Amino acid sequence: MMHHHLILRVVTKLLVGTIILFALYVQFHGDFSPGGGFQAGVIMAVAFILYGIVFRLEKVQRVLPPWVVHKLMALGVLIYAGTGILSFFLGYNYLDYGAFSPDHPSHGQHWGILAVEFGVGVTVTGVMISIYYAFAARTPLIDDEAW
Amino acid sequence: MATETGTAQEVVHQAAALADHLPMLVVLVPFVAAPLVVVLGSRGLAWWLAFVASVVSTVIAAALLARVFDGSVISYAIGGWAPPLGIEYRIDAANAFVLLLVAGISTVILPYAKVSVAAEVPKKNHTLFYAAYLLCFTGLLGVTATGDAFNVFVFLEISSLSTYVLVAQGSYRDKRAFTAAYDYLIMGTIGATFFVIGIGFLYMATGTLNMADIADRIAEQGSNRTVRAAFAFIVVGMGLKAAVYPLHLWLPGAYTRAPSAITAFLAGTATKVAIYVLLRFFFSVFQPGFTFTVNTLEIIVIPLAILAMFAASFIAIFQNDFKRMLAYSSIAQIGYILLGVGLLTATGLTAGIAHLFNHGITKATLFMGVGAIVLRVGGSWYDRIDGLGRTMPWTSAAIVLGGLSLIGVPGTAGFISKWLLVQAALEKGWWPIALLVVASSLLAVVYVWRVVEALYLRVPQGRAAEATDPPLMMLIPLGLAALACIWFGFDTRVTIGASQMAAEGLLAGSAGMLDSVGASSALPLGAGH
Repeated sequence: MMHHHLILRVVTKLLVGTIILFALYVQFHGDFSPGGGFQAGVIMAVAFILYGIVFRLEKVQRVLPPWVVHKLMALGVLIYAGTGILSFFLGYNYLDYGAFSPDHPSHGQHWGILAVEFGVGVTVTGVMISIYYAFAARTPLIDDEAW
Repeated sequence: MATETGTAQEVVHQAAALADHLPMLVVLVPFVAAPLVVVLGSRGLAWWLAFVASVVSTVIAAALLARVFDGSVISYAIGGWAPPLGIEYRIDAANAFVLLLVAGISTVILPYAKVSVAAEVPKKNHTLFYAAYLLCFTGLLGVTATGDAFNVFVFLEISSLSTYVLVAQGSYRDKRAFTAAYDYLIMGTIGATFFVIGIGFLYMATGTLNMADIADRIAEQGSNRTVRAAFAFIVVGMGLKAAVYPLHLWLPGAYTRAPSAITAFLAGTATKVAIYVLLRFFFSVFQPGFTFTVNTLEIIVIPLAILAMFAASFIAIFQNDFKRMLAYSSIAQIGYILLGVGLLTATGLTAGIAHLFNHGITKATLFMGVGAIVLRVGGSWYDRIDGLGRTMPWTSAAIVLGGLSLIGVPGTAGFISKWLLVQAALEKGWWPIALLVVASSLLAVVYVWRVVEALYLRVPQGRAAEATDPPLMMLIPLGLAALACIWFGFDTRVTIGASQMAAEGLLAGSAGMLDSVGASSALPLGAGH
C-alpha cells in the first residue's frame, strides 16, 4: 500500500465529512439562498472524487460501486418526474406544486421545489461521480509506484 | 432555484380531466420510462418498457391529432404557470402530425429492433441501449410538442446526445461507427449552439421565450438587425440538424454505421423533426410576410433544395453500399421537402409536409429492409446482396415496395407528395421546377434499379445463397411499413388532410397567445394580446 502523501490523506479524511455536510446545506437551503440541486450535487460528488483521488479508485468504489452510481443518475430523474406525476394525480397540471398544499399554494411551491431539487442533486451527484469513474478507471500510463 | 411564488393570483390551479393532459403525457410517458429502465436494470423489462411507452405515446399522438384535425390549438401550461411566463406545450395540426409520425415509426420499429439489436449490440449494453433510445424518442417528441423556444433547445439536446450514443453502438459491427458518431457530435453540437445563439438573440430582442409571444413582439416592433441575426443563426443551426444540402456531411456516416434499427428510426424521425422546427420558425415565429423569410426561402432554400435533389441523388447512384446509398437519397429527399416549403404557397407547403411524412415511412421501410439483410448476410454492400430476391423473397419484396415509393411511382405514398409538389410548382407558373422534380426522380429510378438488379437479376453467392427471410418479429414490422407505403398512396385522408390543415395553420402565421389548460386567467405581466 502507499505510505506517502500522509498530509493529503489526513486532510482528506477530515474534509470529506465537512464537504458532504456543506453539500447538504447547499441542497436544502437552495430555495432561500444561492444554491440548489445542481451545485449541491457537484459538491457532494467532490467529496467522493477527492477521496478517490487520494485513496485510489478501488477504495471509493467500495463505498459507492459504479452500479449504484448509475442507479442514482436515473433515480434523481425519477424523483423529479415523480413530483410532477404526483401533482398530476392530485388533479393539477404537471409539476404544479400548488397541488401539495391546496389551501396555501406558496407552501406547496416550497415543498415541490425541495423535492425537485433533491432529484436534481441526486442525478448531478451520480453524473459527476460516474464521469470521474469513467476517466479514472482507464489504465494509467504511469502507475502510482513510479512517483 | 430561488423561486418567489409571488401573489396567489399569478399561479392558477385548476383540476383538469385526463384528456387535457395529453400534450404533456405524450412526452412524459417515454421520459419516465427511460430512467425506470435504468433503475430496474432488467434486460428483459427494458424492451417491454420501451415498447409500452412507445405504444402509449402513439395512441396519445393519434388522439391529439384527432382533436386538432379541425384546426384548433391546444395549449398546456407546465406547472400551472400561464404562458408566456411558464413553459407552454402547444399542439396544432402541424406538430400533432409530426408527433404521430415519430411515435408511429417508433412503435413499428421497436419489435423489429428487439431481434436486430440483439444481433448487432452486445447483451450487456441492452438495458442502457433502450434507455438511450427512450431518451432520444422523448427528445424528438418534446421538440415537436413544446411551444417554448428554449424548451426546443433542451429537448433537441436530449435527443441529440442520446443519438450520438446510439450511433456509436454500431461500433460492435463496424469500428467506423465511432468516427461517424464523433462527426455527428461535432456537427450536431455546432448546429445546436447556433440554434441557441439564435434563441439568445431573440430573447434579447423580445424579452420572451414563448414562440407565440416572440411572434407577437416581432410583429409589433418589426424586424431589426438582432432579429435578422437570430433568424440566420436559427436557420443554419437547424439546417445542420436537418441535413440541408451543404450542411449534410454528418448524415451519410451516421446513417451507414449506426445499428440498423437506429438508422431506420433516425431516418424516419430525426431530420423530419428538425425540418418541423424550421417550419415552425419560418412561419409561426418569423411571420411568413416578413421579407427576410420570403427572401431566405426563395433565394437560399429553393436553390439549395434543388441542388440537394440532384447532387445527393448523383452521389447515391455511385455508392457501393446499399445503406450508404439510402443515406444520400435521404439528403435528396430532404431537398423535395424544402422545395415544397420554399414555394410559399398552401399547396407547396402541403406537399412539403406530406412528403415529410411519406418519406419518413418510406425510408424507415428501406432501412428496415437493409437491417434484415445485414442480419442474414452480415453487410449491405451490393456484391453481398446479389440474388437475395430468391433467398429472402419477402424482405426483397418490401425493399422493392419502399424503392417504388422512393421514386414516386403512382400508387405509392411517395407519388402523392411528389405529385402535389409538381402541382404546386405549376400553380406558381414555375414549370422548370416541376421538370426538375421529375428529372431528379429519374435519378432515383437509377439508384433504386441498381438495388433491384442486384436483388433479382444476379445469382446468390456465399452467405447470400444460404440466407433466409428474417424472423417474423422483424418481418412483420417490415411488411407493415411496406404496406403503409402503399396504403398512404391510396388513402390520403390522414396525410393530405393533416398536411393541408398544418399548411393553412402555418401560413396564417402565429395564432398569438392562447388561454391554456389550468391557466385560464391572464397574467398581470403577460403579453397576451
